[in-house]
Amino acid sequence: MEVGDMGLPKPVARESVESLRSSKSLTPTRRSHLSDRIFFHVTRSLAVLVLILSLLLVFELLRGSAEARAEFGIGFIWGTTWDPVAEQFSTLPTITGTLAKAFLSLLIAVPVSLGTAIFLAIYAPRWIRTPLSYIVESLASIPSVIIGLWGLFIMVPVVRVLQIWLKDNFGWFPLFSGPAIFGVGVLAAGIILAIMITPIIAAISRDVIRTVPRAQMEGLLALGATRWEAIWKVVLPYGRAGIIGAVILGLGRAVGETMAVTMVGGNAFKLVTSLFDPVHSMASQIASEFTEADSNLYVSSLIYVGLVLFAITVVIEIVAQLMIWRITKGQGEARHQA
Amino acid sequence: MAQPQATGQQQTERTNGAQPVNGMQFGIDVKPGMIDVVPDEEARLIVRNVHAYYGEAHAVKDITFAMRSRKVTAIIGPSGCGKSTLLRCMNRMHEEQRAARVEGQIILDGENIYDRSVDPVLVRRRIGMVFQKPNPFPTMSIADNVLAGYKLNRVRAGKGDLAERCEVALRRAALWDEVKDQLNRPGTDLSGGQQQRLCIARSLAVDPEILLMDEPCSALDPLATARIEDLVKELSQEITVVIVTHNMQQAARVSDMTAFMLLGRMIEYGPTTDMFTTPRDERTEAYITGRFG
Ligand SMILES: Nc1ncnc2c1ncn2[C@@H]1O[C@H](COP(=O)(O)OP(=O)(O)OP(=O)(O)O)[C@@H](O)[C@H]1O
Ligand SMILES: [Mg+2]
Repeated sequence: MEVGDMGLPKPVARESVESLRSSKSLTPTRRSHLSDRIFFHVTRSLAVLVLILSLLLVFELLRGSAEARAEFGIGFIWGTTWDPVAEQFSTLPTITGTLAKAFLSLLIAVPVSLGTAIFLAIYAPRWIRTPLSYIVESLASIPSVIIGLWGLFIMVPVVRVLQIWLKDNFGWFPLFSGPAIFGVGVLAAGIILAIMITPIIAAISRDVIRTVPRAQMEGLLALGATRWEAIWKVVLPYGRAGIIGAVILGLGRAVGETMAVTMVGGNAFKLVTSLFDPVHSMASQIASEFTEADSNLYVSSLIYVGLVLFAITVVIEIVAQLMIWRITKGQGEARHQA
Repeated sequence: MAQPQATGQQQTERTNGAQPVNGMQFGIDVKPGMIDVVPDEEARLIVRNVHAYYGEAHAVKDITFAMRSRKVTAIIGPSGCGKSTLLRCMNRMHEEQRAARVEGQIILDGENIYDRSVDPVLVRRRIGMVFQKPNPFPTMSIADNVLAGYKLNRVRAGKGDLAERCEVALRRAALWDEVKDQLNRPGTDLSGGQQQRLCIARSLAVDPEILLMDEPCSALDPLATARIEDLVKELSQEITVVIVTHNMQQAARVSDMTAFMLLGRMIEYGPTTDMFTTPRDERTEAYITGRFG
C-alpha cells in the first residue's frame, strides 16, 4: 500500500500500520490453520472414497452383465420372454411392474404423508406432536419382511374384498378389469409400498415445513387467508424443493424395495394391465432367482436386470435434481432474506 | 409506577368527566383517561382491558383506548414495550404464535372481534397489517406478491383489473417506478426497503378498512419515508390507520392521536399535539425528549 497516496505524513502512517500488525497480528499463524487443513483433507478423502465405491459398483454391474448384454443387446429392456430353459431373457414385465407399483404407492403415499406432515408441523398441539412424531419415525425403521408378513396375513384379505367390490361396481374401468380372486397383485404391492414410504416422506416433509419461517404463513393469514390457503399457497411452495426431495427418496425406496413386494405382489412374469394383476418386480426377480441361476448367461442376465434397475434410479434422481434446480433457480440467495 | 399514571388519569377525569364514556354498554371497567379522549361517535376500533401473553410472559397489560375513525393513531414507546404485540392483537394475529393468548375485548363497529362466534379470517380481511419485518413470498413474483391477498377472496377478477390493481397498489407504496419493468421477478429479489414497500402494497391491494402498520419506514431512506408518510395521510381520508414508530418526528408529522407505551402498559394517550407539547405524564415527557428509551 502506498501510504503517500492518502496524503498523510509518511512516518506517522507507517508507524500505525506497523503497530497494528504487531499488536493484533493479522498474519495467520500455522497453528490456527492446521485443524482446518486436516478437516479439509479428511472430508475430501471420504468424498473421493464414496466416488470410487460407486464407480466400482457401476463397473461390476457392467462387467457382470457383459455376457447378457452381448447376447440380448438393448432389446433386453422391451422383450417379454424370461425363459431359463431356453436361455432367452428380456425383462419388460418386471420393469413396468416395478414402475407401476412404485407410482401407485406414490399416488397413495404423497397425500397421506403430506397431510401427516402438515398436521405434525402446524396443527398438532405439543402433547400429540411429540408422540406421533416418534411413531412416524419408528414406522420408517420396521424391517420390510415384517411389513410383508403383516401384509400377507392381514392386508391381502382386505384388499381382496376391496378388489371384489371394485370389480363388481366399476368392472368396466380398464384398471379394475383383472382377476379379483387373489388379493395379491399390483394393488396390494402398491399399498404395502405406500405404507413403507409414507413414514419417510412424512418425517422429512415435516422437518421441511417446520423450517418455513412463521412470518411466511402469517403474511398470507394477515391478508385474510384461511390456514388452509396459507399452507397451500405459501408454506408448501416455500418448502417445495425439500418436499420433492422427500418424495424422491420415497420413490427410490419403492423402486428398490424387495422383500415385502415379493411377498404380496404375486410375482407372475407378465405385463400388467390392471390393478389386480399379479406383478413381478426387478428387485424381487434378482433376489428370488439368483440362487437358482445355473448358467453363466442366466446369472449375467440377472445382473443386467440389476444394471437396468440402477439406471432407473439414476434417471429418477436426475429428474428430481432438474426439478429442484428449476424451482430454486429464481429464488437463489434471496430465499434466505425472507 | 402506577402512581404517576393515576394522577394523570384524575386530571383527565376532571377535565373530560362530563363526556359520555365510550362503550360503557359493554360493562367493563373503563379507564377514563385513555378512552374518553375519543368521543363515542368517532371511535372505530376500541381496545378494552386487553392483556396479551406469550406463554407465561405478560407482554401487554390491561390496555384500554380507542382509535378514531379516519384518523392516524401512532403508538410509540421503547423497544420491547409491547407495541407490536398490541398491534397484532388488533387483527387477531397474536394468537397465531405458539402459546400466545389474548384477554379482553377489541370492538370493531360494535362487535367484539374476540367473540367466540367471530371468524378471525373475516377480521383480517377488514383489518390489514404491515409487519415489522418484511416478509415477501419468495415463490411468487412481485406482481403475485402484491395480488396475493386480493386473489384469495375475489372470484373471477379480469386480467386488466388485476394489472391495474397491482399498479395502483405499487404506486401508492412508492415502489412502482422501481419495479415496473420487473414485475415477474421474485419478490425476494428486492432490497430490504423495497421489500418493505412491497409488503405495504400487498396490504393496500385488499382495500382494508383499518390498516395496522408496524414500523413501515424502518428500512427506508428519507425520500421513500416521506412518500410513505404522504401515503399514510392520504389513506386517513378514507380509512383508519394505526402506525407503530420509533421516530418521534414521524409520529408528530403523520398522526392525529398518539399513544405512549412502557413495559406493556399504556401510559398516556391523547391528541398528538397535546402529547408532544404538554405531556401529562413525566415518563412520556422523558421519552419524547429523548431522556430514556
Ligand atoms: N414470540 C415471542 N415469544 C415470547 N416473548 C415475546 C415474543 N415476541 C415478543 N415477546 C416479548 O414481548 C414483549 C413485547 O414485544 P414486542 O415485540 O411487542 O415489542 P415492541 O414494542 O414491538 O418492540 P420493538 O420496538 O423492538 O419492535 C418483549 O418483552 C418481548 O420479549
Ligand atoms: Mg415491534
